[in-house]
Amino acid sequence: MRLIKVEHTYKIYKNGTTAIADLSVSIDKGEFVFVIGPTGSGKSTFIKMLYREEKPTNGQVIVGGIDVAKLRNSKVYKLRRKLGVVFQDFKLLPKLTVYENVAFALETLGLPNSEIRPKVLKAIDSVGLKEKTRNLPNELSGGEQQRVAIARAIVNDPKLLICDEPTGNLDPETSKEIMNILEKINQESDTTIIMATHDKELVNKMKKRVLAFENGVLVSDTKKGSYKVHESTKDIKKKRS
Amino acid sequence: MKALRILRRSVRDSFKSIFRNLPLSMASIICITITLILVSLSLFLSYNVRQITKTLEHELTVVVYLKKDVTENQKKEIENDLKTMDNIDEYRIKSKEEFKSEMQKESEDLATAFESLEGDNPLLDSIIVKVKDVSDLKETAEKLRKYDFVQSAEYGEGMVENIIGIFDAISIGTAGIVIALVVVTSFLISNTIKITIFSRKTQIEIKRLVGASNVAIKLPFVFEGFILGIFGSILPILLSIYGYTILYNETHGYLFTRIITLVPPFPFVFIVSFILVAIGSIVGMIGSWLSVRKHLKI
Ligand SMILES: Nc1ncnc2c1ncn2[C@@H]1O[C@H](COP(=O)(O)OP(=O)(O)OP(=O)(O)O)[C@@H](O)[C@H]1O
Ligand SMILES: [Mg+2]
Repeated sequence: MRLIKVEHTYKIYKNGTTAIADLSVSIDKGEFVFVIGPTGSGKSTFIKMLYREEKPTNGQVIVGGIDVAKLRNSKVYKLRRKLGVVFQDFKLLPKLTVYENVAFALETLGLPNSEIRPKVLKAIDSVGLKEKTRNLPNELSGGEQQRVAIARAIVNDPKLLICDEPTGNLDPETSKEIMNILEKINQESDTTIIMATHDKELVNKMKKRVLAFENGVLVSDTKKGSYKVHESTKDIKKKRS
Repeated sequence: MKALRILRRSVRDSFKSIFRNLPLSMASIICITITLILVSLSLFLSYNVRQITKTLEHELTVVVYLKKDVTENQKKEIENDLKTMDNIDEYRIKSKEEFKSEMQKESEDLATAFESLEGDNPLLDSIIVKVKDVSDLKETAEKLRKYDFVQSAEYGEGMVENIIGIFDAISIGTAGIVIALVVVTSFLISNTIKITIFSRKTQIEIKRLVGASNVAIKLPFVFEGFILGIFGSILPILLSIYGYTILYNETHGYLFTRIITLVPPFPFVFIVSFILVAIGSIVGMIGSWLSVRKHLKI
C-alpha cells in the first residue's frame, strides 16, 4: 500500500534556490527509507515537504491520502497528527521531565489524562527509558535525549516517522542504539520510517532502501542499497530547471 | 469534552507563563491598573458631569418681563406664540400680583415697603419660559425681545452655556484620553505576549509538529492577556467602590453647592466596576490577539 507519492515536484525557495528539482518517488507503508546526499543536496527540503513545513512550489506531494500542496495552513495539523518528526537537536522542553515531554504532545491534542498515561508509558518503555521518566533532559545523555524525542514522535502511533539526521549529534555507538530502536519501531508497528543522514557506515550496514540526492535531484533509488558517491549531476539540474 | 480539556490546559499554561515571566507580567498588570484607574476617574467625572448638566439644563429659563402697560390681548398673543414654538419645554405666567405676594412672604422689610406703596404695584408681569436645550436660549430670548410690549427677556448671560460647554469639553477630553490609554495599553500587552511567545518558541514549534490545531496553540496566549487584564482591574475596582462611596458619604452627595449633586454610589460603582473589568479583559485579549497574529505565523 502506498503511503507517499511525490510527482514532478519542485521546491524553489524565495531567494531563488532550487532545492528540489523534478522529484518523483513513491514510498509504501512499512518501508524504511534512507535519504542521503551531500550537504545542501535537498534532503531536509524533501523531508520538510512531507510534513508540510515547506510547501512544494510545483508538482504533487501526497502523504497518507492528504494532498500536501493544497493543504491550507489552518489544516496542517491534520497531516501532523498522522506522523511523527525527530530532529538532530532533539527539540525537548528543558523544564519538563521525560514523562511530561512525551505527554505534552497528547495534552495539546486534548486527550484525557487517563488515556495519556498508558500511551506515554508505553512509548517511553519502547525506547528503553522506563527508569528515567522523572528526569529532566539535562540529566540525560544525548542518546537518551534523542530517545525521548523518538518516544514523543511515536506516542500517538503515527503511520509515518520522519527523522532528519537523528544521529547527527551522536557518537557511533549511540547512533547504533538509536538505529536499533528505529528498526524495532519499523518492524513491530509497521511504521514507515524516512531518515535523512550523512552516516555512511550506518546506511551501509542497514541494507535498506536508499534515496540519494545531489543538487536537489534524486540521482539514485536503490533497494537494499548503500551510501554511494555519485558523479555530479549539475548538468541534469541545469537542463531541467 | 476534548475542547474543555484543551481550554483547561490553556488556562493552566497561561497562569504558568504569567508566573514564569513575573516581572514582565507585573509590568503589564501595573500598566492596565493605571489605565483603568484613569478610566474609572473619567467615568466618575463624566457621569457626574452629565448629571450636573442635566440639572443645569432644568434651569434653562428665559425670564420675560412685560411692559407695565401690557394689555390682556397682548398677553394672549404672546402666549399663543409660545405654544407654537417647538424648542420651548414649558412656560409659566407670573402676574405681578403673584410676584408681589411672593416677595412679601420672602421678607418682612419688603412687606412693609409694599404696604407703604398703598396698593400700587411697581412690579411687572413676567413669563418664565423653559427651553429644551441650551442652544435654544439665545434664539428664544431674541425672538421674545422683538415684541413691543416686552420690556426685557433675560437668561443666564452665557453663564449656563459656558459651564455646559466646559463640561462637554471635559467629557470629550477624558474620552479621548481613555481611548489613547487603551490603545497604549493594548500595545504594551501585545509586547508582553510577544516576549512570552518568543520564550516559548520551542514549545510552539513542538505543538505544531505534534498536530495541535491553531486554536489550541493560540488559546493560552489569548488567555494570558485576558488574565492579565482581570488582574489589572482588581485594584481599580476596589479603589472605585471604596473611593467613590467614601467621597459621596463625606460630601453628602454635594459638591460646593447644592446645585452640583453627585450620582449616588449604588448601583453606580458596580456598573463602573463592570465596565472596568470588561475593558481590562478585552484590552488584554486584543493585545495578545495582535501579538499572536503577528508573531505566530500560523
Ligand atoms: N529556507 C531556505 N531559504 C532559502 N534557501 C534554503 C532554505 N533552506 C534550504 N535552502 C537551500 O536549499 C538547498 C537544500 O537545502 P537542504 O537543507 O534541503 O539541504 P540538506 O541536504 O538537508 O543539507 P544538510 O545535509 O546540510 O542538512 C541548499 O542550497 C540550501 O542553502
Ligand atoms: Mg538537512
